[in-house]
Amino acid sequence: MKFLRDLHDKADPLFKDGGPLARFHALWEAHDTAMFTPGEVTRTAPHVRDGMDLKRMMITVVIALQPCVLFAVYNTGYQSLRAISKGAVPLDDWQMALYQLLGFSFDPTNIALCLLVGALYFVPILAVVFAVGAVIEIGTAIIRGHEVNEGFLVTGFLLPLTLPPTIPLWMVALGMAFGLIFGKEVFGGTGFNFLNPALTARAFLFFAYPAWMSGDAPWIAADFLGVDSFTGATWLAQAAVTEGVLATASFADAFIGWVPGSMGETSALCALLGMIILLVTRVGSWQTMAGVIAGTVVLATFLNATGSETNPLFAMPFWWHMVLGGWAFGMVFMATDPVSSAFTSTGRFYYGLGIGVLVVLIRVVNPAYPEGMMLAILFMNMFAPLIDHFVVQANVNRRLARVGA
Amino acid sequence: MEHYLSLATKAIFVENMALAFFLGMCSFLAVSRQVSTAIGLGIAVIFVLAVTTPLNQFLTETLLRPGSLAWAGLPDLDLSFLSFLTLIGTIAATVQIVEMTMDRYAPALYNALGVFLPLIAVNCAILGASLFMVERDYTLAEATVFGLGSGVGWALAIMALAAIREKLKYSDVPEPLRGLGATFIVVGLMSVGFMAFSGIQL
Repeated sequence: MKFLRDLHDKADPLFKDGGPLARFHALWEAHDTAMFTPGEVTRTAPHVRDGMDLKRMMITVVIALQPCVLFAVYNTGYQSLRAISKGAVPLDDWQMALYQLLGFSFDPTNIALCLLVGALYFVPILAVVFAVGAVIEIGTAIIRGHEVNEGFLVTGFLLPLTLPPTIPLWMVALGMAFGLIFGKEVFGGTGFNFLNPALTARAFLFFAYPAWMSGDAPWIAADFLGVDSFTGATWLAQAAVTEGVLATASFADAFIGWVPGSMGETSALCALLGMIILLVTRVGSWQTMAGVIAGTVVLATFLNATGSETNPLFAMPFWWHMVLGGWAFGMVFMATDPVSSAFTSTGRFYYGLGIGVLVVLIRVVNPAYPEGMMLAILFMNMFAPLIDHFVVQANVNRRLARVGA
Repeated sequence: MEHYLSLATKAIFVENMALAFFLGMCSFLAVSRQVSTAIGLGIAVIFVLAVTTPLNQFLTETLLRPGSLAWAGLPDLDLSFLSFLTLIGTIAATVQIVEMTMDRYAPALYNALGVFLPLIAVNCAILGASLFMVERDYTLAEATVFGLGSGVGWALAIMALAAIREKLKYSDVPEPLRGLGATFIVVGLMSVGFMAFSGIQL
């Protein structure tokens, strides 16, 4: 250990100001802090120290995401194999060509095969996201002279989980580049952005290539042409068209996540596991989550009571809202992003409340989008600074009144 | 009642003047440095829109549309070529009144808004609302709700933008993009956010 440390210290001057490799200091610094505990201490008071730095915070989120990642791989494969075993045709792409070359059967009950198919679709997307993310993050760190941040690890895990398995890889790369550059780096990198970069990327892809991000086709990696008994549409999209779909549907399936959808968003159970990790470690804000839950419950119940003759979604109860689509995933991992949400505790509750209300509103009232979680969070990201402004102003007024000025 | 409610929602969110039509951009970008000033301008725009849109509706219906002068015994007269002139004239007069009122009762805000207060007269959002109103044949009540809604939507947008820009003061935007450049990017991203409402049928 001592030997490695010495080796490090010997190389250190190369990357300092004036050294031949000073340009790559950001890269060196990232490597150094990842391998060793940084030796620098605060020089001036106050000396209150906490082990909870940005690195640990981001890694906690990445760990909390892992149940979702595992389930994403499994469910992607399971949905694909199940559809194929029911008569759909395997997609004409390299993943399926490789799978058939290896001579495996299309058996959805075999867990290993499900994981293999899922990995064939998920891993390339993840790899592309991380390659693009690393190039942009390290590139801007070198050009602009800031440190490499772990934020792009979180973005890199979040984005693939929100994408359908059939998306072309160049689209993934383009989306990630847009999200990172225009959502974050243009404002100076981690901590300076006002929108969640992963959501910015997702929204960009959603509006730029709607055919690949919505409708019946993209959610299951199989070809349905000619199979009438089976649909690849998400349950939310089905519920918007036909009345009574949810009456016969299995709530447990939707809760655990055995449904078509974006790869990582389907399982409310895995999001719940992540939520527990984030709440216990206090990395995620409970105010935001409470706000989202309150907003959804109140508006969904209100719409249930109002009723509508033409729109079956009015009758959808709030517990269905919570297990379908990206609600749980978005609430736990997207809405709680500390940078793009409100900064004040009170503000976070109202911010969450806005998300909860908007997601139900977009799902129910807007026929153009069956899913609303992404757009609801993005919309409230925009208003988070304004909410903070009013919360702080209210506090100033209260204190002024107290001192009688 | 439900009709007016949906009209207002549409004007505020779905067809937001600033972020869906990009109207009123000059003051939207220039007066959004501080939330307090943005709120002031927002209220002024709400007021002017709520007054001028129904006023213009009334003038259009009673004077300008072909045949609308029948009450004066001139059923063949068509004054619609005067429409732009009349709409602008009404707006300019209203803005003048708002300006004088503000100068008298809220001098701090009057100074903060500076040249952009009289410029409300040529704010495209204001004329835009009146033109939309003429094009869509709104009644007097509809025009009032539409004007009010458009104003609220515009005010909401500029307040959100100002809050974001106050936050961005602490960020590290690349040198060439500082100021207006970054603001344009922010506005673009905001209008992506407002696309959440596009497609809502009310």
